[in-house]
Amino acid sequence: MSARDRWPARLHVVTGKGGTGKTTVAAALALALAAGGRRTLLVEVEGRQGIAQLFGTGPLPYAERRVAGTGDRGEVRALAVDPEEALLEYLDMFYKLGMAGKALKKFGAIDFATTIAPGMRDVLLTGKVKEATTRTEAGHRVYDAVILDAPPTGRIGRFLNVTAETARLAKVGPIKTQSEGVAAFLRSPMTSVHVVTLLEEMPVQETTDAIAELTGLGISVGRIVVNAVQPPLLATGKPTQSELRKALVAAGLPADRETVAGLHTEARDYLTRREVEQGLRTELATLDRPTVELPHLPGGVDRAALDRFAATLAAALR
Amino acid sequence: MPVDQRASSTLDVDAILADPDVRIVVCCGAGGVGKTTTAAALGLRAAERHGRRTVVLTIDPARRLAQALGLSELDNTPRQVKGTNGDAGGELHAMMLDMKRTFDEVVLEHTDPRRAEEIFANPFYQAMSSTFAGTQEYMAMEKLGQLRARDEWDLIVVDTPPSRSALDFLDAPARLGRFLDGRMLRLLLAPARVGGRSVFTLVTASFGVFSRVVQKVLGGQLISDLSGFVAALDSMFGGFRERAEQTYRVLQAPETAFLVVAAPEPDAIREAGYFAGRLAAEHMPLHGLVLNRVHAMAAPALSEEDSLAAAEGLAPGAAADALRIHAGLARQVAREGAVAARFTEEHPGVPVVPIAAQPADVHDIDGLRRLVPR
Repeated sequence: MSARDRWPARLHVVTGKGGTGKTTVAAALALALAAGGRRTLLVEVEGRQGIAQLFGTGPLPYAERRVAGTGDRGEVRALAVDPEEALLEYLDMFYKLGMAGKALKKFGAIDFATTIAPGMRDVLLTGKVKEATTRTEAGHRVYDAVILDAPPTGRIGRFLNVTAETARLAKVGPIKTQSEGVAAFLRSPMTSVHVVTLLEEMPVQETTDAIAELTGLGISVGRIVVNAVQPPLLATGKPTQSELRKALVAAGLPADRETVAGLHTEARDYLTRREVEQGLRTELATLDRPTVELPHLPGGVDRAALDRFAATLAAALR
Repeated sequence: MPVDQRASSTLDVDAILADPDVRIVVCCGAGGVGKTTTAAALGLRAAERHGRRTVVLTIDPARRLAQALGLSELDNTPRQVKGTNGDAGGELHAMMLDMKRTFDEVVLEHTDPRRAEEIFANPFYQAMSSTFAGTQEYMAMEKLGQLRARDEWDLIVVDTPPSRSALDFLDAPARLGRFLDGRMLRLLLAPARVGGRSVFTLVTASFGVFSRVVQKVLGGQLISDLSGFVAALDSMFGGFRERAEQTYRVLQAPETAFLVVAAPEPDAIREAGYFAGRLAAEHMPLHGLVLNRVHAMAAPALSEEDSLAAAEGLAPGAAADALRIHAGLARQVAREGAVAARFTEEHPGVPVVPIAAQPADVHDIDGLRRLVPR
């Protein structure tokens, strides 16, 4: 079974509470789905330039640029969507603006449109993502998959539903048509939302809330990605201080009382953490979504780590 | 004293919390760094240790933390937190921001009831007061302004909204104000009137094209709803802007202390650095960085390499696992130190104080008490 069969959607929306590693997971998924000579697009919409930071490139422009290859001719491109540029592009596509385009900028119209018309900004962002996902050249899709590094769980429902919101406000006209098209696309089997979490209380709570919200909106939820999972150590409980002392002495390491007690404390804290994690894992299991776990990397995430994550995601069972 | 850019030092949070001239502490930073918990812990410390009558304004607390603070409902009313020690003469109150209600209150305060009803019924108002990006930031500042104006508290600790970017929190009030009395809006709604003004004569031609495009794109219904909304809000423009500016000035005043909260992770530190720069540029009184969830070793005499090597040499078992746990921790501590050092290198004048990572999540008063910046 290929990674594509395991991750069947064409647009993968990756959300999660801030600090859970959304961008890392989105990038790893883009690499996983590009394997085997495919091409994927990794999109960010919040102007954070997180993708550029992750891949160590300069700031991304509003253009699709290659940021990584997979070694087997696969390619990941990246795009930072800017709502202003997206609006001008959209208007130009449909209305051949010419001079009016300049006037729009001059009058602060973009600021106006993306600020007031509620959700306008989000329609433009999701609209651009839809366009990239469905774009074809010479009868072939340009991207095998598009991966969106989306807003955090607290805003994801609003972000993805905003097209419906706008359609309600604009009762007729092209904005309505556009919004409805995007709303339908986001609710189709082509789109799947994956939620990244840590085994910590707040991210798990937000995961639960976001899945309920998205389900209520008729948007399909794919997987739960549990990030930064501690290695399963001390399965048989914590060592005694005398066991620790013996081990340290055997290795020729300092075995003073302070060091032995310190190691003992660290082991106890680890088990406390593990216990909390286990409880949260049980809570996540009740959500009944396919779950994939990625290991905690105490040294941080580099390209090699991204490739490891990509391999884990590619092999994840449905 | 706000930061002077000369020397880096340890941030003395207690000195800030104890200072009677400091009336507002604003905690800002990226989402997911424990900002709300930190704000609550600082509020508790101000009340219990420094005897100050304190209120914590939270935006979106974790459910169990909210319960611990006695925040069972979103009702915009500060309530006293139970289970705190009042020996020092202080009190801790807490409230959770209700964005929509705050917006409604602002409208009611600035207009007559009949017009307010009209505004509440408009679909634009409904959408804007609950979904407009920036409303939450604006309303948090509005609420802060209200609490400060009542002068009932020795200290107000504010937890800022988890913004899409650090910018939103400072920019939202200005942006909303700019929109509400923006010339764009007036141009759009009254192009005829605009044509008569000399200042616009030169651009009227292109504006005509533009106006037609806008009509075409947005559709007539939307324009008329928008027009109704703006006409109803018209009387409030001045009030809105004035309030936003007033709050902005309070934030700049010496009675306010900004604390940037971050976790020792590259993303959070990058945002913190950005925030520090932005606050300096806006002349906001930044006092320092609270580095939350910092790991520490209990057995610092053992290096990562030695522990790993020792673990490899041992038979599999609890002692070997304990050494592996220590090695991982040592690695993490080194990495966190490097990440934090990057911040200090770029912002040498900003004092920093760590708060130790806790093995389990904090959701009661005792847990908050354990979060001591030092």
